[in-house]
Amino acid sequence: MSTTAELLKGAAELFPDEVVTSAHVRHLDLPSGAGRFALITLDNGFDHTKPTTFGPASLANLGLAIDQVEKEAAAGEIVGVGITGKPFVFAVGADLKGVELLKEYDHALAIGKGGHEVFKRLAGLAVPTFAYYNGAAMGGGVEVGLHCTYRTVSKALPAFSLPEVFLGLVPGWGGCTLLPNLIGADKAVSVIVENSLNQNKQLKGQQVFDLGIADALFEGADFLEQSLIWTANVLKGDVTVERPVVDRGEAWDQAVARGRFVADSKVHGAAPAAYRALDIIAAAKNGDLQQGYDAEDTALADLIMGGELRAGIYAFNLVQKRGKRPAGAPDKNLARPVTKVGVVGAGLMASQLALLFLRRLEVPVVLTDIDQERVDKGVGYVHAEIEKLLGKGRINQDKANRLKALVTGVLDKAEGFADADFVIEAVFEEIGVKQQVFAEVEAVAPAHAILATNTSSLSVSEMASKLQHPERVVGFHFFNPVAVLPLLEIVRGEQTDDASLATAFAVAKKLKKTAVLTKDAPAFVVNRILTRFMGEVQNVIDEGTPVEVAEKGVEPLGLPMSPLVLLELVGPAIGLHVSETLNRAFPDRFTVSPNLKAVVEAGKRGFYVYDSGKPELDPEVAALLKQGDTVLTEEQVRARVLDAVAQEIGLMLDEGVVAEAQDIDLCLITGAGWPFHLGGITPYLDREGVSERVNGKRFLAPGTASVPA
Amino acid sequence: MPRTVRDVVFVDGVRTPFGKAGPKGIYHETRADDLVVKAIRELLRRNPGLDPKKIDEVAIAATTQIGDQGLTIGRTAGILAGLPQSVPGYSIDRMCAGALTAVTTVAGSVAFGAYDIAIAGGVEHMGRHPMGEGVDPNPRFVSEKLVDESALFMGMTAENLHDRYPQITKLRADEYAVRSQEKAAKAYADGKIQADLVPISVRRTNADAGETGWGLVTADEPMRPGTTLENLSGLKTPFRVHGRVTAGNAAGLNDGATASLIASEDFARENNLPVKMRLVAYSFAGVEPEVMGYGPIPATEKALAQAGLSISDIGLFEINEAFAVQVLAFLDHYGIADDDERVNQYGGAIAFGHPLASSGVRLMTQLARQFEEQPHVRYGLTTMCVGFGMGATVIWENPHFEGDK
Repeated sequence: MSTTAELLKGAAELFPDEVVTSAHVRHLDLPSGAGRFALITLDNGFDHTKPTTFGPASLANLGLAIDQVEKEAAAGEIVGVGITGKPFVFAVGADLKGVELLKEYDHALAIGKGGHEVFKRLAGLAVPTFAYYNGAAMGGGVEVGLHCTYRTVSKALPAFSLPEVFLGLVPGWGGCTLLPNLIGADKAVSVIVENSLNQNKQLKGQQVFDLGIADALFEGADFLEQSLIWTANVLKGDVTVERPVVDRGEAWDQAVARGRFVADSKVHGAAPAAYRALDIIAAAKNGDLQQGYDAEDTALADLIMGGELRAGIYAFNLVQKRGKRPAGAPDKNLARPVTKVGVVGAGLMASQLALLFLRRLEVPVVLTDIDQERVDKGVGYVHAEIEKLLGKGRINQDKANRLKALVTGVLDKAEGFADADFVIEAVFEEIGVKQQVFAEVEAVAPAHAILATNTSSLSVSEMASKLQHPERVVGFHFFNPVAVLPLLEIVRGEQTDDASLATAFAVAKKLKKTAVLTKDAPAFVVNRILTRFMGEVQNVIDEGTPVEVAEKGVEPLGLPMSPLVLLELVGPAIGLHVSETLNRAFPDRFTVSPNLKAVVEAGKRGFYVYDSGKPELDPEVAALLKQGDTVLTEEQVRARVLDAVAQEIGLMLDEGVVAEAQDIDLCLITGAGWPFHLGGITPYLDREGVSERVNGKRFLAPGTASVPA
Repeated sequence: MPRTVRDVVFVDGVRTPFGKAGPKGIYHETRADDLVVKAIRELLRRNPGLDPKKIDEVAIAATTQIGDQGLTIGRTAGILAGLPQSVPGYSIDRMCAGALTAVTTVAGSVAFGAYDIAIAGGVEHMGRHPMGEGVDPNPRFVSEKLVDESALFMGMTAENLHDRYPQITKLRADEYAVRSQEKAAKAYADGKIQADLVPISVRRTNADAGETGWGLVTADEPMRPGTTLENLSGLKTPFRVHGRVTAGNAAGLNDGATASLIASEDFARENNLPVKMRLVAYSFAGVEPEVMGYGPIPATEKALAQAGLSISDIGLFEINEAFAVQVLAFLDHYGIADDDERVNQYGGAIAFGHPLASSGVRLMTQLARQFEEQPHVRYGLTTMCVGFGMGATVIWENPHFEGDK
């Protein structure tokens, strides 16, 4: 038994639940008498809803297939070897479940080496090898093809990526080394680093060909046939594959530098994966493949044993799985159909909601407001947005006509809401106003209609308290910009019944939002944590720490933006308003900053001016600030802020605001854009020891979003 | 409005390799619509001068129009093949003569001036859709003795034909079958068949049927080169005890698809498309359903009469070999020898297979090749028998004919 086989056998024992991919070897006669050919099909035996992956036993299977074709190639029995996938799927890379189970460095190292040892044999056969990317190809799936002599790609291929950096890994089965050597460092940086950090952007077949990753592109209808005919022509010499010469000069270094700039702007040095990938790409300039593979092995093992990757996989699973099956949602069969939606208010937020409901539900949506001018403006906004979609070709004229005809505006709620199944309000954030609006709606809407509120900080139960049927009121809290951020906090009031809640979740699903169930607690989840977080930053500034030190203190987290830039995006006045609300609820922990108040009163939209192109403290704001004389270091700031966040989350879980810490993390990822390498935040608080320090315990059990003990 | 009938030509034809129906057949895990879609795509690839927008119709035949052969397969196959949405399509059925009828039907429309060019073809996946799937014959057929009970079973109708022509013995049928296999093997060896085949990728997940994974089909699966009289003599006669029809002297149960381009001659010439055959006449005839194999004879009579030709004018014959006896009945009728070299030069369905509604275009594609090679021949015909007692014949003229020069 070879070393590789032993390595993989050991790894397979650690991962008994692997969905094993077979590597079928089938022989065929190439067209035009080009000779006998061996085609390997990667197939896990399931349909396309369970894509083919590579775990240790799968790699071993591929190794056996290569053993067979290697002998045949050496004996001159075949003229070439191809590799392709089951229908719609080529292969989507390493099985992440197996990665989660790894607890020892040597085992992590074995995963990298095992993949390399198997894949690189494809390059060492006595005959040319061909990869036919017939369908979804990701990670190790892409990489197995990179080891082949030639590649074809289907025009129908919907998703092709090296998503490792997105999760916290590097393309470590040859990707970091082979891709730049194939298509040049700049394009490789785009695929490996930029696309990954750009919300895991996927390439389509045409782009895979345009980038030079594939040598030929064929339509989906007869992709494999045309690939094999092309193969025959290549082998007979009728087709010559010419690839542009890779620039190994300064362009290579510039590409890597560009990659570092991209990484800095996305993760601010806080997550190692992109930088490790770039180091390997930089070194690949000399074309020494084995040296690159060795570097990939080390990087993979280091990252697999690190918290960032574990947090990344945890975050990925939250978004992909928990985000689609919300914890605590009632039986979906209780949901009532929603065939017409009412929107109270026709302001910007209300109009955005109207557009969203219209596009996703495709049912009549009626806006109301206090005067015709506002109503017309709201409907006008929706029409204009539909026109924009039409102009961009996102919808056709028929669909535009349909959507426009579905949106109307009326002054009379009775006329608008008499047959509505779901009415959402987005009026001024003032409890009395909201109560009055709901009372008016209840008087005219059908008895079964859901009354939803987009409040960000008021009590849903209180809003419902004066109604005859408070059981049908739910909180439906979107995040701005509504079209971009996936999160929807669904708030259960004290009297909300299961049918109403089930309907709310059903609507959320149709809206394609990530719904999280929260208790009717002040500011729910995201705003409460963000306010506590920013409040603590504001506190240290108020106490005397310079603004730039306070901001730098939290930079190592790699958040999408600094606390004060975020405040500017939210609007200082709204930030102040939320802090006041939370201060009333929890005066011991949430302060109202006098400096923030002063900034708001001065009519400032933020702390910074951007005259130099970079954010600099606005001198007028600086003049307003009244600071104490306690100056903290960056480390001290970070500790203060993280302690506050850990404390707040601990209290929220004790209060039962959400079911589990996982829901907090899901909210922060999808509602605030907090990064995968933090796993939202609780994995980071656990691994940095903050949870233990503040609450005396971890949020998550060891092994969840961390290396198992 | 006065109209002028236009000359209609066979521009080009292709087919998939034919497979054996059943769990071990090459196409067992391949959809029927995919087969015909790939044939259509190959047809277009071979004729890059044809702007697909100009195609006026897609007529696709299938006998069992259920599942992947249903849903108006002429329309769905057009969309799946990537034809512009503006190109319409329909389904057609005359059992074994489906593709042949697709050709004559669109040809009629071309002659009339309704179409300039159309795709006509057929598909039958007898593994996915066994003969008789979902049929519901009216009980009056039996109660009123409208047809003999054997009429629904093609093998029995072949036995009935042997009864009608006692001189057509099992030995003659077997000898004919051996020659069909020999001629087909020679045609393959001479490269006459491969050029009109579309390679088809096929998946296999059942290891009992052979190597698993994706493969590529580039040749007909049913062929049995080297078949001898001895091999055939011992075969069972499944349709009748001590009968004469065996699996060896009949076409099998098969999967496959064909597609052809039919155009007005003017359109073909203006668009620089090949003109492989010129349509002379076509005819269909009904006979007693229980001897359906007799059908080609009256159909051919009608077609010859229409064209003002006699059988001696026909220089090449492509007769579908559903059963050897049915070919021999035709040859006997016209006094043509069993081994006449004008008949089925490349062998026939006994060797290649007969996926019912697809076969008509195979006959034409082969006749077109023979025309090209034999410019001394002016006329040829394609003919086939059809279930429920019918025959179908198309007479073609060789555009390469040099006899006048």
